[in-house]
Amino acid sequence: MSTLASEDLSYIPEGHSSRGRLERILRRGEFAITAELNPPDSADPNEVYERGGVFDGWVDGINATDGSGANCHMSSVGICALLTRVGYAPIMQISCRDRNRIAIQGDVLGAAAMGVSNILCLTGDGVQAGDQPGAKPVFDFDCMSLLETIRTMRDEGRFLSGRKISDPPNVFLGAAINPFAPPYDFRPLRLQKKIEAGAQFVQSQYCYDIPMLREYMKRVCDMGLHEKCFILIGVGPLASAKTARWIRSNVPGVHIPDSVIGRLEGADDQKREGKNLCIDLMQEIREIEGVSGIHVMAYRQEEFVADIVHESGVLKDRRPWKREMNPGDAAAIEFAEREAEKLAASDT
Amino acid sequence: MSKSPALKTAYKPSGTSSVRRQRARYSIRLWSVRRARLFEAVYNLLADVFLKLHPLWNAIGYARVERPVLLIENTVKSFLFDCRMCGQCALSDTGMSCPMNCPKQLRNGPCGGVRANGNCEVEPDMPCVWVQAWQGSQRMRANTNILKVQKPVDQSLRDTSAWLRVTAKKAEERKAAQDATS
Repeated sequence: MSTLASEDLSYIPEGHSSRGRLERILRRGEFAITAELNPPDSADPNEVYERGGVFDGWVDGINATDGSGANCHMSSVGICALLTRVGYAPIMQISCRDRNRIAIQGDVLGAAAMGVSNILCLTGDGVQAGDQPGAKPVFDFDCMSLLETIRTMRDEGRFLSGRKISDPPNVFLGAAINPFAPPYDFRPLRLQKKIEAGAQFVQSQYCYDIPMLREYMKRVCDMGLHEKCFILIGVGPLASAKTARWIRSNVPGVHIPDSVIGRLEGADDQKREGKNLCIDLMQEIREIEGVSGIHVMAYRQEEFVADIVHESGVLKDRRPWKREMNPGDAAAIEFAEREAEKLAASDT
Repeated sequence: MSKSPALKTAYKPSGTSSVRRQRARYSIRLWSVRRARLFEAVYNLLADVFLKLHPLWNAIGYARVERPVLLIENTVKSFLFDCRMCGQCALSDTGMSCPMNCPKQLRNGPCGGVRANGNCEVEPDMPCVWVQAWQGSQRMRANTNILKVQKPVDQSLRDTSAWLRVTAKKAEERKAAQDATS
């Protein structure tokens, strides 16, 4: 069993940026799993707990999307604040589409105050993709300047304007990559640029093309980028060949080769085959050099994530943190006693 | 695929309605990117001339020459690059492809939504500004400029002359360097 059960998250370990569990897992060299939560169209906190609960004990981080696909849902900062209350490790996504620099920097402080340790900086889909195409696209930052701004807030304790922040947000900074969209030869350089701007981990777009990923990862490793940044590859089960075709032509930036659609079409139970395909991909991805983890985006199939992770065996013997491992009162008392001892020792 | 981009697209760079954009063929913009190396040389020459004229600009007053220079700059760059007058020109760092034509106004490279044919996610008929920028940058002498991380756009500089601002800044730097050595 993992020693993480009663891990003390009250301090920032040497060389870390955050108190978070995700950063600790990755820096320890463990293979990490993250999953995307489907945000509710509701103001009920229990829906968030339920939707987070399906991943319990199987993931190291839960992504809270920020109006993904330009559709309106509960805000990522709201979801993250709820998830931290019950001990989960949320990854707060920030998209540049909806808010300007003043709002975003404020949200970063607010989220950090609520215990959010991981922030993923995204450009965001265009407003044309969503349910409200008449909205004003903001795009005040792009993902690169967003990364740089939050890094400055954290490391230098300053806003973009230079004004001082008394207690900086200690967050582990992430970004997105898409090795499957043109210009292909620029994509590794773009990752390099993101690392330069502050990215410490990246999560990729859905991967259905292993040869293409291999080629990308080879260049990334040749450039040494995998040593400067943790790379998590995105996967997801496809419900049927029809869904796959729809996604391919309607969701921006998703590349699904014909062979994948062919495999689904040939199966008796397409849904089961979609899961098998996802598991096969995960096992192959785990063996690719430079990959630190997998990001599971099982949109509207979140209840299968635990199965998929379990069946793939990519975690080997490790079991991520579970809600029942919450230290509780006994641990809190123990912690307070330990602190008091430390204090007494430093006095003498 | 979206059949009616004019109805579903919401991005409005100043001066182009969705109907006009649907009819655009972007031919001059693409031609300019193909000649990125030539325009790089032209720009460097122009920047030198502007710097040499610094005493003149100073004598007349930078604020007073702003309007005529802006008029010329706007006309030339709008014709060649579909310039949007952000006032902080990055063309020499972006392969002579104006990043303000990107519907997401990205200043640091392509988003993940680029279509397999190299066209834009938001405007299916427009070649992605950043696919073009990458190609253009590889034709230029300063072909690593595209790797520089660009700061967010300062919206307060919109519709001002980038040429004059760069010149004034360079003159100031030159003066500071001279003062330091003397």
